[in-house]
Amino acid sequence: MKIIFINLLIIIVLPFLFIGVINKTKAFWGGRKGASIFQPYHDFIKLMKKGEVISSTTSWVFFSAPVIYLSTVIFAGLLLPIIDHTAVISFEGSFILFAYILALGKFFSIIGALDTGSSFEGMGAAREAFFTSIPEPAFFIILGSISIFAEINTFERIFGLYHAGSELSLLIVVLTVIILLVILLVEGSRIPIDDPNTHLELTMIHEVMVLDNSGPSLALIQYGAAMKMLILSSLIVNFIIPYSAGPMIHLGYFAAGITFSAITIGTIETLTARFRLVRVPDFIFTVIGMSLMVMFIILLYYYGGRR
Amino acid sequence: MFEWKRFNCSSLINRSEIPVVSLDDLRDDITNKVRLEDKRVLAFFGVKREEDTILYIVLGDDTISRLFIASAIFTKDIISYRSFTPEVPSLHLFEREFYEETGILPAGHPWLKPVRYGKSHRAVTGEMENYPFYSMDGEEVHEVAVGPVHAGVIEPGHFRFMCHGENVYHLEIQLGYQHRGIEKILIDKTNSASGKKIFFPQIAEKIAGDSAVAHTSVYAGVMEVLTGTAVTQKVMIIRTICLELERAAVHIGDLSAIFNDVGFLMGSSTFAALRTLIINTTLQICGSRFGMGLICAGGVNFDIGSELASKILNNVNYVQNKIEKLIPLTMLDQPSVLTRLEGTGTIDSHTARLIGMVGPAARASGVPIDIRTDYPSGMYRQYPARKVVLEKGDVFSRSYIRYVEMMHSFNYIKEQLGIIQGVQGARASSEITNRLPADSLALSMTEGWRGEIVHIAVTDSQNKLIRYKIKDPSFNNWWGLALAVRNNGVSDFPLCNKSFNLSYCGHDL
Repeated sequence: MKIIFINLLIIIVLPFLFIGVINKTKAFWGGRKGASIFQPYHDFIKLMKKGEVISSTTSWVFFSAPVIYLSTVIFAGLLLPIIDHTAVISFEGSFILFAYILALGKFFSIIGALDTGSSFEGMGAAREAFFTSIPEPAFFIILGSISIFAEINTFERIFGLYHAGSELSLLIVVLTVIILLVILLVEGSRIPIDDPNTHLELTMIHEVMVLDNSGPSLALIQYGAAMKMLILSSLIVNFIIPYSAGPMIHLGYFAAGITFSAITIGTIETLTARFRLVRVPDFIFTVIGMSLMVMFIILLYYYGGRR
Repeated sequence: MFEWKRFNCSSLINRSEIPVVSLDDLRDDITNKVRLEDKRVLAFFGVKREEDTILYIVLGDDTISRLFIASAIFTKDIISYRSFTPEVPSLHLFEREFYEETGILPAGHPWLKPVRYGKSHRAVTGEMENYPFYSMDGEEVHEVAVGPVHAGVIEPGHFRFMCHGENVYHLEIQLGYQHRGIEKILIDKTNSASGKKIFFPQIAEKIAGDSAVAHTSVYAGVMEVLTGTAVTQKVMIIRTICLELERAAVHIGDLSAIFNDVGFLMGSSTFAALRTLIINTTLQICGSRFGMGLICAGGVNFDIGSELASKILNNVNYVQNKIEKLIPLTMLDQPSVLTRLEGTGTIDSHTARLIGMVGPAARASGVPIDIRTDYPSGMYRQYPARKVVLEKGDVFSRSYIRYVEMMHSFNYIKEQLGIIQGVQGARASSEITNRLPADSLALSMTEGWRGEIVHIAVTDSQNKLIRYKIKDPSFNNWWGLALAVRNNGVSDFPLCNKSFNLSYCGHDL
């Protein structure tokens, strides 16, 4: 029960700290002092206090999209095992719901953007829908092949499998982490896919979709986006850190892992330029190839006479 | 055929010496000269008088450093003429401007739209509020409108993209939001103050704030030619140092902005920091980071002593060394940056010449024009500047040329600092109060960081200024930007835009 409470706390409280660490890392690499790592909290509170301008061309879809978006992300967070491999809600096949509850949130943020009728937001929505749809098969190929071939179908046990200590697990872990990192960069709209700091509407993907949002609804969207990044990072971290340590040790590993992952993201953002938009799909498509490799490794392992 | 009046940059011409020719002769001759003899149009403007309108055309021959001028007179009853643009595309914006200012219609002009006035003179071009945008039809064609108010603190201008998916077919740029009537302000100020102080650098500085030194030194050049004011060598050196500092500062800032647009944080922040050092050097010279208040009539307001000279030298050396190290690190050895810059927004040499592009943007496309070497004046006569020409005309070329040019600027500044101590005459500062000469025309130009800046003053028989024409390089190059983004992704537009970095207020005047 205590563990579940800690997990909830991580999902609800930590997202902005995660973003704060990324920003601090970027500032460090850029030779600047940078804002405090708690700045995103202040921004959130500031936005919550503000009024909101709502375009007269929009309908209830636009108004409700941020709320639905945030709630789907929270729900996805509840399905994800974090500390001690315990999810708040756990059942067989929960990773399918995990993926699709996030997709539902994205669907609403897309139609929310289209609802404004702005050509910018239409453009951004088209890009987001296209780019984020590419890694979706990869996610299911890796988790699906595990659950079918290894007959494991809850998140917790998937982590367990990865750390079973076989000679193949290392390979699988490396590939899976790369795949999930790309998914994280795509879903989180980070460099080299998207630039969260740009002011240029024409180059934006995620940011341009929320141009019409202001005040509390913008705060909710930013909160949701930060939480999504934290959740996906937790997924990656749980693949890397040792399995079945005690809860407190696990918590320590997790804290170190999540900090490392934030610093990694910040470093990637500083040391590479953004891809040209037309090249982005090529980059994302590579994860499907990698996920197929994972599938074949698992296939060979379980049907190759070893069992 | 007729003889054009030949003259040099920075020389006073009596208007009676300028040949007045028929429009048909003029059209044939310009077509020949531009197409066959590689001459360029430097100015094309009307002087509207009560009884008639005079059209002045200035051509330049870059190879022999000579300017050519001719004129044509439109009496009151002539309301249109056959457009030159179909034969000479580089005149297209000049003719639109001429129409907007005089109301004389260039019949057969293929792209007759408002240039900068909110209310145009004739209904043919349509009013700015009802701008006749080019449009495309098609199932999957869509338009994206950006501006006039942009994200970020930049000037206003409207961009409309005709896109097919992510691909841009055509970009239409509608400007005019910054029109302040700066030519008219200069004329009115000068005429109302005639006999007293008639030099207003504070207005010339505001033509385009990022080219304050360049515009003001050209303005000073025109006024000094008109009034016959001599300038000492020391003044020329100080003006040139500040002009080159301005060039270096903006080029560094542009590189920073280009890296920012490709999302390369490291390059962006380091170059931005170095730019500050350079503009702070200008601050140390004249108390303004952008060189405002530096130039006064016949001189400069601030001297460069030996102590200041060594400070400048230190800063320049420091920045130069840093950039020498940073360029491979941030650009040449960074595949992720190179892939964004190379092949993006390409303008080939033929197109650049055809539409009359100028400055680093033209030189990056292989058009070898640089006022500093083609029409040297001031210090550039004794100490020639280096002309840099690249071939490809893509964003990479326009970025790389900035790097090479700023390196040459640093070397040039160091050379000038080496001779400044030997030059006496401190700071010369005299007020221009002479009466203007009657019926004269004076032209002055220089290579600002963005390209050639041309100012022309015309006086009438009452010693009054009747026309002050300013041509900022942006006027030539906006059309180049529109062509550069064709067949590029719409998301690459900001990068192309930054690689040109054109001025809105320089165009709108």
